Amino acid sequence: MVALNRRQLAGLALVLVLACALPFFVANYRVFQMTLVLAYAIALLGLNMLTGYNGQISLGHGAFYAIGAYTAAILMDKAGWPYWATVPVAGAICFAAGFLFGLPALRLEGLYLALATFALGVAMPQILKHKAIEHWTGGVQGITIVKPDAPEWTGLSQDRWLYFFCLAWVLVLFVLGWNLLRGRIGRAMVAVRDQPIAAQAMGVNTAMVKSLTFGVSALYTGVAGALAAIAVQFVAPDSFNFLLSITLLTGVVIGGLASISGAFFGAVFIQFVPNVADEISKAAPWAIYGIVLIAFMYAMPTGVAGLVRLARARLARRRAGQAVR
Amino acid sequence: MNELLHQILSGLATGGIYASLALALVMIYQATHLVNFAQGEMAMFATYIAWALIQVGMPYWVAFAITVVGAFVLGVAVERIIVRPVETAPILAVVIAFIALLVIVNSIAGWIFTYTIKPFPSPFPAEPLFGNRFMSSHEIGSMAITLVVLLLLFVFFRFTPLGLAMRAAAQNPVSSRLVGIRVGWMLALGWGLAAAIGAIAGIMVAPTVFLEPNMMGGILLYAFAGALLGGIDSPGGAVLGGFIVGVLENVVGAYVGSELKLTLALVVIIGVLVVKPSGLFGKVHVVRV
Amino acid sequence: MSQHRTRITRRTAIGAGVAVAALGGRAFAQAAKYGPGASATEIKLGQTMPYSGPASAYGTIGKVEQAYFKMINDNGGINGRKVNLISLDDGYSPPKTVEQVRRLVEQDEVLALYQTLGTPSNSAIHKYVNAKKVPHLLLATGATKWGDPKDYPWTIGFNLTYQSEGQIYAKWLLKNKPNAKIGILYQNDDYGKDVLKGVKDGLGAAGAKMIVKEVTYEVTDPTIDSQILTLQSSGADTFIDITTPKFGAQAVRKAYDSGWKPLHILNNVSASIGSVLVPAGVEKAVGAITVAYYKDQNDPQWKDDPAMLEWRAFMGRYYREGDPKDNSNLYGYLTAQVMTQILKQCGNDLTRENVMRQAANLKNLKLPLLLPGMVINTSPNDYFLFDQAQLQRFTGTQWQLFGELISTDSR
Repeated sequence: MVALNRRQLAGLALVLVLACALPFFVANYRVFQMTLVLAYAIALLGLNMLTGYNGQISLGHGAFYAIGAYTAAILMDKAGWPYWATVPVAGAICFAAGFLFGLPALRLEGLYLALATFALGVAMPQILKHKAIEHWTGGVQGITIVKPDAPEWTGLSQDRWLYFFCLAWVLVLFVLGWNLLRGRIGRAMVAVRDQPIAAQAMGVNTAMVKSLTFGVSALYTGVAGALAAIAVQFVAPDSFNFLLSITLLTGVVIGGLASISGAFFGAVFIQFVPNVADEISKAAPWAIYGIVLIAFMYAMPTGVAGLVRLARARLARRRAGQAVR
Repeated sequence: MNELLHQILSGLATGGIYASLALALVMIYQATHLVNFAQGEMAMFATYIAWALIQVGMPYWVAFAITVVGAFVLGVAVERIIVRPVETAPILAVVIAFIALLVIVNSIAGWIFTYTIKPFPSPFPAEPLFGNRFMSSHEIGSMAITLVVLLLLFVFFRFTPLGLAMRAAAQNPVSSRLVGIRVGWMLALGWGLAAAIGAIAGIMVAPTVFLEPNMMGGILLYAFAGALLGGIDSPGGAVLGGFIVGVLENVVGAYVGSELKLTLALVVIIGVLVVKPSGLFGKVHVVRV
Repeated sequence: MSQHRTRITRRTAIGAGVAVAALGGRAFAQAAKYGPGASATEIKLGQTMPYSGPASAYGTIGKVEQAYFKMINDNGGINGRKVNLISLDDGYSPPKTVEQVRRLVEQDEVLALYQTLGTPSNSAIHKYVNAKKVPHLLLATGATKWGDPKDYPWTIGFNLTYQSEGQIYAKWLLKNKPNAKIGILYQNDDYGKDVLKGVKDGLGAAGAKMIVKEVTYEVTDPTIDSQILTLQSSGADTFIDITTPKFGAQAVRKAYDSGWKPLHILNNVSASIGSVLVPAGVEKAVGAITVAYYKDQNDPQWKDDPAMLEWRAFMGRYYREGDPKDNSNLYGYLTAQVMTQILKQCGNDLTRENVMRQAANLKNLKLPLLLPGMVINTSPNDYFLFDQAQLQRFTGTQWQLFGELISTDSR
C-alpha cells in the first residue's frame, strides 16, 4: 500500500464531508442504524487485520465484541464513568485479552485455530451468565445503560451526537490502522501470513507479530463493542452468541479480505441485509448469509472492495486508452 | 459413591452421543485433513429425512438404511459441489465454506420442518436392560452401534483395498495418483462415509435429545472436544475421547456446578491443542520446512 | 402532524355525519380521535418476533396472530377499521430488537406494540417505549417486571407471571405437602430464576427446610440426565421442574427411568401434551402437576368444546401451515382476542393514551379459551391480567383440573 496521492485524498475528504452531512438529512432512527454501521466497520477492520492480513482465522471474535460491550456497560452502570472514558478502557482490556488468547494460539494453525476460536465464541454467553461475575454483569438480565446526551453547545439530538462520536473513533482507528498496515509491522503481518518460514528466516519475530496482531484485532473489535453498547443502551449475554462471530466473519468476506475500505462495505451488508431478507422470507436471513458467503468465496474472493478496485482499474485503463488516442 | 457411579454411567451414555459424532468428524479429517464445522447440521438434516420417511409409514430399519445410503450420496455431492472448488484455496476459504454450509443447512431444516421438537422412535425396547436403573436400553444400544461402526471402519481401513487406497490418498495424494488411485473420488468417498456415519449418529441421538433443527448445536462442541482429546486422526481415540468428555462433563457438572459445562469444553479444546495437539492417540505430524 | 390530524378529523366528521344520517340519527357519543398509527380505515400494531435464530420455535406465535387479524379484517375489522400487524424479525437478539422497535415507532409510527416476545428483547426496549409513551402491550413473556405501573406505566405483560406460577406451586405445597423435600431444576436464565423466586417467596421461611437441592442447566446442554441424578441422590421426593419443552420432556422421562419417580411439578411452559408429554412417554408423566390458565388443545376433555372447535376452524382456514398440536398457536390466538377487546373498548378514540387506558381497564373479561371460572382483570394499579390459576394433574391421557382456583399475593 502506497501513500495516497492528491486525488485519493480529495476523494476521501469528499466521503468524510458526506458522512458528516448525512445525519442531518435522515430521521434519528436511521442515524442510529448508521452509528451501528460505523461500529461494525471498526470491528470488521479489527477482524480483517487478523484474518485478512495476518491469516489467522477467528470464528470467535464475537467474544471480544462482548468483552468490549460489557466493559463499557459495567463502567457506566456500576462505576458511574462517563461514556467517553469507557471506550479506550474497553479497547485496552480487549487488547490484553486478545494478546493473552493469542499466546497459546501461537501453536495453532488454520483449522485448529478456527476450532479454538469456535469454542470461544460458543462458550462466551455461558461465561457471561456465570454466577461468580453476576454481580457485575447483571447475569442473564443484562445491563441497561443510560444514553448520553449531547453537550449543550452542539444542540444535537442524542442519536446524532453518538454518530459523530463514533465517526471520530472511526477516523482515529482507521488512520492508525492504515498507518500500521502499510508500515513495517503490516508488511511483517502479511509476510507471516504468506511465507511464515521465510519471514522467520529473515528475522521477523513471528510469535510476537501474531500475538500483537491478535491483541490489536481484539482492541478494535472491543472498541466497536463498547460503541455499539452505548448506542443500543443494553447488553445481555444473548446478544453475543456464536451467530455474532459468524456475522463478523461474513462481513469481512463480503467487504473484502485484506482491505481497509472493505470494512465499510461489509458493515453496510451485515447491518442492512437482514432487514431486507426479513421482507423476503422470515426464515431466510441466515440462509441468505450462507449463500452469499459461498457465492462471494467462489466468485468474488476479494469482496466488494476488490470489485470496486477492479472497476476503478478498468475505468483508468479505458481513460488511458482514450488519452493515447 | 452410588451417586458418583450413577453420574459416571450417565456420562458414558451422553459420551456415547459425542463419540458417534466425533467419529464422523474424524472420518472427514482422515480423508481430507479438514475439520468439518457443518458435520452436526448435516447429521441433523439426515435425521429429519429419516423422520419424514418413518412418518409416511416406512418401517424403522428400512428408513434407517435408506437414510444412511442417502446421506452417503449427499456427502459425496457436497464434496463435489462445494468442497472441490475450494480445495486448493487457502484454508480460510474452506472454513468459510463450511460455516456457510452449517448456516444454510440449519436454516433450510428449520424452514421445512419448523422448530417444534419432534419425538423420534428408538429401535430398542423401552424397558431397561435387566431392569437396571442406570442406563436405558436405547443408551446401551446406541453405544453398541457406535462401537460396531467403529469396528467396521477399522476393518474397512485395515483390510480392504479401497480402505487402503483412501488412506493413501489422504496421506500422500501425489504418490497415490502415480499408482493409479483416483484421489478425487477417494475424497468424495471419505465425505460420503462421514455423512453416513453422521446420519447414524443423528438417528441414535434424536430419541434422547428430541429432534429439532438446533439439536446438534450443543453436541458439536463436545464432539470436537472429544475428537481432539482422543486424536483427530484416530477413530478409536475419538470415540474414547467422546466418552471421556461425557463423563467429565457430568461429573464436573454435578460436583462443581452445571454453569460451566461449555467452558469445560472450551478448556479441553484449548488445553489439548496447546499441550498435545495430536491428542491421546493421534499421530504426531512433523512439518517439513 | 397536526395538519394530518385535522384532515382526518374532517374526513371522519363528514363520514360520521353520513353515518348518523344513514343510521337514522343514532348519534356517536364522541368524535373520532387519532394518534399515530390510527385512522378511519386502519389501525397499525407492531411487534418483534424471533423468526430466525435460536428461539425460532416461537415464531409461530407471530404467524398465528397475523392470521387472526386477517380473519378479523375479513369480517369487517374492529369498529370498521382494518388491523395491520407489522411483525418484524429480531432473531432473539436484543440489539436487533432495539433497532426494529425504533423502526416501528419512529418510521412506521404504530399505534401500539403488541406481543413483543422474549425477556431480553423486551428488557432492551423497556425504557425506550416508556420514554416515548408507546403502549407496550401483552408482552409474550412471563417476567414479573412487566407489571409495574408506577415506574413503567406503558408496559403491560400478558402471561401469568413466572413468579405467580412459582408462588402457586409453593402455596399448594405448603397446604397439601408441608413436609415435602423439594429438589428444583431450573433453566439458567431470567425465566428459570423468576419462577424460582416465586417458589421461594411463596414458601417463605419454610423454604429453607423444604428445599434440599437446586440445580441448573443451559439451553446448550444436550441432556439434563446428570442434573436429574443429582436431584435424585439428594433425597428429594418433590421435583419442581422449571424447564422449556425439550428439557421438560427429558426430565419427565429420566425422572421415571432412573427409578426416582417423585411428585413432579412441571412448569406451565412444558406442560403441553402434544409437544412434551407424548415425546417423553405419557405413562411416565402420570401424576404430574402443573398450573394452567388456558385450555390445551391436545387435552381430550376439550375435544367438543365450542371454543376449541372454533379455534380449529380458524387454524384450518387461516393458518393451515401451523401445527395444530403446538400450544403456542392457541396462546397467540388468545392474546389476539384480548388485543381485539382492548381496541374495541377504545371505540373511536384511537390515541396511544386511550389505548393504554383501556388496556388498564379490562373488567371481568371472560374468554372461552380460558379455563372455566377464570377472568381477566386490570386496573391502573394492577397490571397483571391473571391473578389466579388452577392446578391440574395428568392422568395419562389428559390434564384434570382439581382443587380451587388459587390466587397469588397482590403486589
